[in-house]
Amino acid sequence: MKGNDAIGEGAILAGCRHFFGYPITPQSEVTHYLAKRLPEVGGLFMQAESELASINLVFGAASAGARVMTASSSPGVSLMQEGLSFLAGSELPCVLVNIMRGGPGLGNIGPSQADYFQSTRGGGHGDYYTIVLAPNSVQEILDLMKKAFDLSDKYRMTAMVLADGIMGQMMEPVVIDEEKSVEIPPRPWATIGRDYHEDRNVINSLYIVLEEMEEVNLRLLHKYEEIRAKETLCEEYMLDDAEVALVAFGTVSRICRAVVDKARDQGIRAGLIRPITLWPFPYDVISRAAKSVQCFLAVEMNMGQMFEDVEIGAKGRVPVYHYGRLGGMVPLAKDILEELKKVSERGGTGR
Amino acid sequence: MSEVTFREDRCKGCQLCTTACPKKIIVMASSINEMGYHVATVTEQEKCTGCGLCAIMCPDMVIEVERGREN
Amino acid sequence: MKKITARPYSLRDVPFHYCPGCMHGIAHRLVAEAIDELGVNGRTIGISSVGCSVLAKDYFNVDMIQAAHGRAPAVATGVKRVLPDRVLFTYQGDGDLAAIGIGDFIHTAARGEKITTIFVNNTVYGMTGGQMAPTTLIGQVTKTTPFGRSVEINGNPIGVCELIAPVEGVAYVERVSLHNPKEIIKAKKAIRKAFEMQLNGVGFSLVEALSACPTNLGLSPLEAIKWMEEKMIPFYPLGVYKSPAGVV
Repeated sequence: MKGNDAIGEGAILAGCRHFFGYPITPQSEVTHYLAKRLPEVGGLFMQAESELASINLVFGAASAGARVMTASSSPGVSLMQEGLSFLAGSELPCVLVNIMRGGPGLGNIGPSQADYFQSTRGGGHGDYYTIVLAPNSVQEILDLMKKAFDLSDKYRMTAMVLADGIMGQMMEPVVIDEEKSVEIPPRPWATIGRDYHEDRNVINSLYIVLEEMEEVNLRLLHKYEEIRAKETLCEEYMLDDAEVALVAFGTVSRICRAVVDKARDQGIRAGLIRPITLWPFPYDVISRAAKSVQCFLAVEMNMGQMFEDVEIGAKGRVPVYHYGRLGGMVPLAKDILEELKKVSERGGTGR
Repeated sequence: MSEVTFREDRCKGCQLCTTACPKKIIVMASSINEMGYHVATVTEQEKCTGCGLCAIMCPDMVIEVERGREN
Repeated sequence: MKKITARPYSLRDVPFHYCPGCMHGIAHRLVAEAIDELGVNGRTIGISSVGCSVLAKDYFNVDMIQAAHGRAPAVATGVKRVLPDRVLFTYQGDGDLAAIGIGDFIHTAARGEKITTIFVNNTVYGMTGGQMAPTTLIGQVTKTTPFGRSVEINGNPIGVCELIAPVEGVAYVERVSLHNPKEIIKAKKAIRKAFEMQLNGVGFSLVEALSACPTNLGLSPLEAIKWMEEKMIPFYPLGVYKSPAGVV
């Protein structure tokens, strides 16, 4: 199965029956897949007039209690940011897929990880976070789509699946566990009409009284703390005796895994930390590793965004380096290996 | 006879009801309510026909009208 | 004696925050009465927008959603597509609908969504303090057109009914006014009719209600009524612009 199709099929397996979206390369295939597939399972695919409309159609469908999603790519996700902030303030669950592309501006359709900051720091205005899941295989796309819906429901917030065009175009065999039944939690808060619940329900993010707003902010904060404690996901590879730890997510983590193997063949004890949740970020894993490794090398398709999270996790104990390719370029294994050799012999910190 | 009563605490003194009354019996009182507005009141209750136009015009649902049998 | 006035069940018994002489309260009451008369209170969901009427969420005694600025039609569509048997209305002002939200409005109308939009046009931004609206009249003084709206600088006012009536998918369009009891009675009928169009599955329905904002016009409520009669209504003619029979 192709990555973009797995996004669609993963959503359907998760019980999602409503998709609102707008075409943008390299995400468009998600819309193609769901436009055909959703009606087959009695669902609704609707093409909106813009990403602005998409996210607000999602807002409405989520208010009505649906498991709902949209998908886009970087510029489109930028347009959705106001809606994402409103979804956070109104505590509505939904899933957003961002197939990142080169930027800033219109950029290009090449694979990129340049939306890391936007994704992991809320992105829109106000104090909030979005759960961010970063798959690195087609099977994992399928599995994390289900997880994204479950987490978004559990915490009544947006869960984002963050990938790039390589993940979208990747073709890999998958195992579909159709036996698993989908349990969609009840939504007593949904605005479905007063006949269907006891009190009047209101979906709202306006709090004119400052104390009330702070109360909401604190409730969100406690939710975020719970997620940090319970939902952080990370994969470690050859980390136990590693002297240098590569840190990478998504597409780049696949390349880095091969780099670790090559480095070990050449006698360099390398390991890999692969954050699966980018928010919450696995700071604990980095902190723990900082006690045993000599340095970290964050490898990304951006100027050094996740790099900053690695620095936070390392707490200054050991140097953190960054190696990145930009503008839609993908770092090659041999170049990462070269960089790995350099940093393993060098002190200090830098990009 | 019909009767018009005003929920004075909600009246904002906008005077829109005074324009709606065909008998021109609604006026602004000299007294003010808790919000500081001069409230609407009726001078000659006996002239009220209970048409209810004042209540239709009132933006704040201040006015209650009871229509007498003869009207 | 027979009581001829009553608060509609669909309107909560809380004081409106609106300024003296603002006609949002009248429009709220008419919408609530229509919901009551059609017996759909329990399956109605209202969408409040951004502007003075943002607090409509607190006034209507139905399930309510507070939408982002201009996005009420998209949010309403999202609900309706999940729950097609529910009754949806958006309550929007001129800035929300005709400026920032005109794209959502047009596409929702063109899709023929079975929702009802109550559009309150008072030619000025209220909540932010009296700036120019897309419906501000030529020559009208606002905080951002201190020398009067000029076509050269600010462009022309948008007639929303005129714009949307010819669009396929639109079932009913009427412009009403709230400046006297006679027109308010007509407005009530229009709003009820608009909801009926939705209930009968005919298509998108819009009622534009002309209203006054005495505070930001710098007029007393009574002067504002006069202003509506002399300036506003001649520019925004009242009447039915579209019905199932066609464009009027």
